[in-house]
Amino acid sequence: MSETTQTLTESAEAMPRGVSLWQDAWVRLRKNKLAMIGLGILGFVIVICVLAPWIMPYGYEEQDLRLGASAPSAAHWLGTDTFGRDLLTRIVYGGRVSLMVGFIATAVALLVGVSYGAIAGYVGGRVDAIMMRLVDIFYALPFMIFIILLMVVFGRNLFLLFLAIGAVEWLTMARIVRGQVQSLRQQEFVEAAISLGLPPTAIIFRHVIPNVLGPVVVYTTLTIPQVMLLEAFLSFLGLGIQPPMSSWGLLISYGVESMEEYPWLLIFPGLALSLTLFSLNFLGDGLRDAFDPKASKD
Amino acid sequence: MWRFIGFRTLQAIPVIFVVITVTFFLVRAAPGGPFDDEKAVSPQVQAALEAQYRLDLPMHEQYFAYLADLLRGDMGPSFNYPGRSVDELIFQGLPITAELGFYALLVAVGIGVLSGVIASLRPNTVQDYVPMSLAMIGICMPSFLLGPLMVLVFGIWLDWLPVSGWDQSSGDKVLPSITLGAMYAAYIARLSRSGMLEVMSQDYLRTARAKGLPERVVVIKHALRAGLLPVISYLGPAFAGLLSGSFVVETIFQIPGLGRFYVQAAFNRDYTMILGTTTFLATLIVVFNLLSDFLAAWLNPRLRYQFQKGK
Amino acid sequence: MALLNVEDLKVYFHTRNGVVKAVDGISFSVDRGETFAIIGESGSGKSVACYSMLGLIPKPPGRIEGGSARFNDQDLLTLSESQLRKVRGKGISIIFQDPMTSLNPFLKIGEQLIEPLLLHTDMSRKQAWQKATELLLEVGIKDAEKRMNAWPFEFSGGMRQRVMIAMALITEPDIIIADEPTTALDVTVQAQILKLLKELQVRRNIGVIFISHDLSVVADIADNIAVMQQGKIVEQGSRDSIFKEASHPYTQKLLAAVPDSEKVPTALDGEQAIVEVQDLCVYFGSEKHGNQVRAVDKVSLRVERGEILGLVGESGSGKSTLGRAILRLVNPSHGKILFEGQDITELKAAQLKPLRRHMQMIFQDPYASLNPRMTVYDTLAEPLLLHNIANKKTLDAEVFKLMDSVGLARENVLRYPHEFSGGQRQRIAIGRAVATKPNFIVADEPVSALDVTIQAQILDLLLELVERFDLTMLFVSHDLGVVRYLSDRILVMKHGELVEAGTAHDIFSNPQQDYTRSLLEAIPGKSLLLGEVGSVGGPDR
Repeated sequence: MSETTQTLTESAEAMPRGVSLWQDAWVRLRKNKLAMIGLGILGFVIVICVLAPWIMPYGYEEQDLRLGASAPSAAHWLGTDTFGRDLLTRIVYGGRVSLMVGFIATAVALLVGVSYGAIAGYVGGRVDAIMMRLVDIFYALPFMIFIILLMVVFGRNLFLLFLAIGAVEWLTMARIVRGQVQSLRQQEFVEAAISLGLPPTAIIFRHVIPNVLGPVVVYTTLTIPQVMLLEAFLSFLGLGIQPPMSSWGLLISYGVESMEEYPWLLIFPGLALSLTLFSLNFLGDGLRDAFDPKASKD
Repeated sequence: MWRFIGFRTLQAIPVIFVVITVTFFLVRAAPGGPFDDEKAVSPQVQAALEAQYRLDLPMHEQYFAYLADLLRGDMGPSFNYPGRSVDELIFQGLPITAELGFYALLVAVGIGVLSGVIASLRPNTVQDYVPMSLAMIGICMPSFLLGPLMVLVFGIWLDWLPVSGWDQSSGDKVLPSITLGAMYAAYIARLSRSGMLEVMSQDYLRTARAKGLPERVVVIKHALRAGLLPVISYLGPAFAGLLSGSFVVETIFQIPGLGRFYVQAAFNRDYTMILGTTTFLATLIVVFNLLSDFLAAWLNPRLRYQFQKGK
Repeated sequence: MALLNVEDLKVYFHTRNGVVKAVDGISFSVDRGETFAIIGESGSGKSVACYSMLGLIPKPPGRIEGGSARFNDQDLLTLSESQLRKVRGKGISIIFQDPMTSLNPFLKIGEQLIEPLLLHTDMSRKQAWQKATELLLEVGIKDAEKRMNAWPFEFSGGMRQRVMIAMALITEPDIIIADEPTTALDVTVQAQILKLLKELQVRRNIGVIFISHDLSVVADIADNIAVMQQGKIVEQGSRDSIFKEASHPYTQKLLAAVPDSEKVPTALDGEQAIVEVQDLCVYFGSEKHGNQVRAVDKVSLRVERGEILGLVGESGSGKSTLGRAILRLVNPSHGKILFEGQDITELKAAQLKPLRRHMQMIFQDPYASLNPRMTVYDTLAEPLLLHNIANKKTLDAEVFKLMDSVGLARENVLRYPHEFSGGQRQRIAIGRAVATKPNFIVADEPVSALDVTIQAQILDLLLELVERFDLTMLFVSHDLGVVRYLSDRILVMKHGELVEAGTAHDIFSNPQQDYTRSLLEAIPGKSLLLGEVGSVGGPDR
């Protein structure tokens, strides 16, 4: 799209710029306070987690056995666990893993789902019927149970975890993209592009993809919290992330063991998880409203 | 309609078959045998054990023998509970899990639909914000966090409700049911809100209002059915979610249900048990998906019409 | 005193972007036995005015700012919601525009019909059912007893509108508000519904408020007419006074916008036809599964160079499919398509590409035919670059030239489609179609989604472009008036087949087929169109 705009000469440059749908959506999103708060918190969490090794005062495995489990204090803002390890540090390091699983598994789902859905939707006909029937069958499979099975059978392997979670989440993405592409294909502007003689690749890249990007962005944002939940769920059961690595689900399960004596060990990791999920969900909801002008009525 | 039911049922059979097959070979492909943990057993005992569990046969023969057993409803003996069959264990745990699931579903659908519909009646007012904020909390508060927190608050600090067990003291079913149902209540609340809002903007509701119908009738008679269709279709996936959620909830509250057996079997590498429970639960989920599809189809007049015409 | 007296009604919408004066001080009255038509283009406030009296606009953002609406000795605007409910469906009922969406798909017809009776009278369910059945018969639904138990989806659009009419009449109201009740219907069905409405009104002696965007629709049925523009009534009076002595410029503009003349056929030099179609068939579905639809069935036609060929038919007649098949946008099942003498029936996409430059299409819905993420510049530059008509140096100038020729201001070059009105969008789409200087254009209902005055402008633009660029055009439309205004020859299509062909003049003055005659019969406001009402032009102006 931009390639042609670049050739504008000065006479055209001087013309008032229109407001693209992206800009329009951004303006709407900015008005949504909850979504902006979500974006802010999310940004903060990501920055802290990425920079953890440089900014955390304690090491992740650094024990202070004399201290044992201590309540929040000036030295340890969120207290320490039973081995005297700084809880804040452990939460931040756990967040690295949780966020990484969330983003990478979502990326897997995105890659597979978008290409699968786009092909099915664009090619249409029998290919589409077969591809979508396959998705239907996959949908009917009880994936949660399979993931647990996989974890049990092949050991608790991080790579496998990405793959397994990604394998579940791509289905919905494929369905959404396929539906979008299919309805776009029937739009008159795609027909117009065909009647201009535009080759299929150009039609897909110029006319179809820019128009499915919105829903994909929205759904991606809503998939990340789902994935993080799944990871936390598995880790809680002891089937996901394994020590010495840490994740929020794992920290919560440790917290449960000693929650009667040291409730902060449960509450703070729980808060970290919930707050992040909150931010992602609010941001996702906000994006959906921003991209769907029908949703914002006035 | 019959054709639809028949078609979908036929479609489900290969799914179940795939589930059984994949599970079987996954379990068999697992590194390490089930008896690796046992302290050195004599070769004779080892051989006897393997014969008992048919581990001495070639893989494909094991597979077909297992299928044949399954058809007769026999899921074989458990590795870890010698002398007990998987069937026995499943049917011991099933009633408890079923009861828990039923209460949780009640919580999910009851609270979910009610708050979703209430929110949709006055969008963007307090009446909308309060239930929807609660729903958002529900979505961001997974059962493994909500459960322990409720135990902490209502069981330990306030000492209102028992913190574990099932059917042992009065009120011990409350916390597990709420824990399991809460997240689904939240999803259903959001679904029914958006479903209702969608319907509320339809032309035929304007028609209903133009007749002079009171708002109550407009909502209940004209909007509810279409508005709740997405919820009906969601029941299948929700059921699957509840089942896997029961793994966690039964672990937290120490409830001797199917989910807890499954998790224990997973840790003990009790392969026949894993195989049996996976097959059983998967079939259950597929069947429930099917039922919720049928229900949604039944509520669609076009499909029902075809059904009545006997097509 | 009249049945309904509206005085100085004001309805404003308070939105985030300020106050919109949707209805700004209008006054009118409706009497028993009178059909009062409110005419206006989209956004003129005609529907809001009527709905607000019955409390059927969303509040907020809508708010009634003043005025009165006296009906049966009470001011509707001061009634509480529960008092208003007693008026709705009992004193005043409404027939809505789109019968496909205005009936509840989840309830049987009978159930929906008897609802107002059970609510507003003390009839038993059985009596109500009986009365509803009789009324269904009266509005022309055969087999009424059985149909009471049918679902809405079992009815066609026209039949559903009859059900809606029955539903509005069932409580014997004093006034019926008909909000564009025929806009979504085919011409012949529209004529039936209009006739039915008029009959029922006379028989029951009720007042009808008829809301429409189309002057010709009300030309035959209205007693009095009010013309609305931007929330105000700019002119009102008896039908004759509006049609004969319209004084307000906007009314005159509306009247002038009705395509009421016949084109003088272009002289053709009789060389080789630009498009020739032989026994063309387009089938969808498959015969085996018993769901085959013969959208186009053995159609042969010639499009002569330089002519505008009108293709007329009702929805489902296959006219759009035929147009698309000629451009190879839909694949034909049998038959042959010759373009400039070359057989293009079997050509592959790559082989078609050089030809596409010479044949273009203009689509119906200007909201769907432009990529929402491309600026005017991008949209117009695409064909120019694709077919090497412009290079990077000349592109800007070419784009501006195109914009000039379709009447778009140059300063809009970087704007996106959603920032334009329907008419402007259609100009962009037309610009894209003529960008490659094609010889042949298929225009598929290019004006049917537009307001009347805009429609007239676009039609004139098309005529101008045809002249300037020596275009040949296949003009597909359901609207006989528009086709007559524009076309040299007319083809009439029904159920996938061509039923009649002839010059515009012959078709209109001497139709050979019954179907064509029924189409002509059904043209709303024939009197207006054929200039019988008075000053508005003659048949061959």
